[in-house]
Amino acid sequence: MSISTKTFVVAGALAAALAAQVAPASAQEGKEKCFGVALAGKNDCAAGPGTTCAGSSKVDYQGNAWSLVPAGTCATMELPEGRMGSLEALDRDMAG
Amino acid sequence: MRQDAFTKALLDPTLAVPEGLVDAQGRPAGRRFSVYRNNVANSLTEGLEQGFPVIRKLVGDEYFKALAGNFLRAHPPTSKLMMFYGAEMPAFLADFPPLAHLPYLADVARLELALRESYHATDATPIEVEVLSNLAPEAFISARFKLAPALRVVVSRYPVWSIWQANSVVGVPAPVMRPEAAIVIRPGYDPVAHLLPEGGAAFVGALQAGQSIGAAVDLAGEGFDLSAILGLLIGGGALIELNEET
Repeated sequence: MSISTKTFVVAGALAAALAAQVAPASAQEGKEKCFGVALAGKNDCAAGPGTTCAGSSKVDYQGNAWSLVPAGTCATMELPEGRMGSLEALDRDMAG
Repeated sequence: MRQDAFTKALLDPTLAVPEGLVDAQGRPAGRRFSVYRNNVANSLTEGLEQGFPVIRKLVGDEYFKALAGNFLRAHPPTSKLMMFYGAEMPAFLADFPPLAHLPYLADVARLELALRESYHATDATPIEVEVLSNLAPEAFISARFKLAPALRVVVSRYPVWSIWQANSVVGVPAPVMRPEAAIVIRPGYDPVAHLLPEGGAAFVGALQAGQSIGAAVDLAGEGFDLSAILGLLIGGGALIELNEET
């Protein structure tokens, strides 16, 4: 596209993006980092809750994922439109 | 007893308890070692469960525990900073033959890692909206922006964002097969993952490489939704420094 068209398009996009901002970008205003309420799982120490003496004389979790079958939501993720599970079909699509 | 024998036995329960361990009274303390060994595996497993909730949901609790057992022995922590533990998970999943039929797992793990990295990234002050509003169109096109340290982009040939979303939020539609790119931005202090519109990853990648807005638009190709991606970047506080061409 020509320079002037591009200027027009980009400027329009910026104006639209700015207009769509419901809150100021400086959303940090009025917020303080609070170390006590970190998102679950985002704490900087994973060692605390895991420590336990329950069943402690033998090591558990010497898990062997090789012998198990995944039993979570992956089963429901697998075949939307019958294609998610088919790698061959996907490879063909991607190559095209 | 040497330290490496101790460390080895720590991660391999088939090895004997190292010899020479004694308690405060000088009695053999083999059972104490077992307790410690158990806690090491247990705490690392829980750390991984917290760090990869969507992977855990996808494969199921029992499978994830077993998977974590394999992972923590292949990749014991290399840093004291447990908040970053699990960085090798995407590569581990990609190379784990029993999960080869779920090839999207590695990318979902990358997105989960990206969210964690974003959370811990350095704070940055976004450019004021007024500053952007007052830019002349030509100045905006030739401007180069520095992006927030908390920004991450995850590109996938799988619907990585939709899979993550479907396992994180209740009542969203099931993913359909398509390549997707996700962007992680951090308005304030909590990271959020959004689906990038087509061309968005190329656009953001160009900005990250120091290209001007105009050059990035050219790289992203025709017909991509510039307004949507600018909205994400501005709303997410991701534009932090403006270098106008002089």
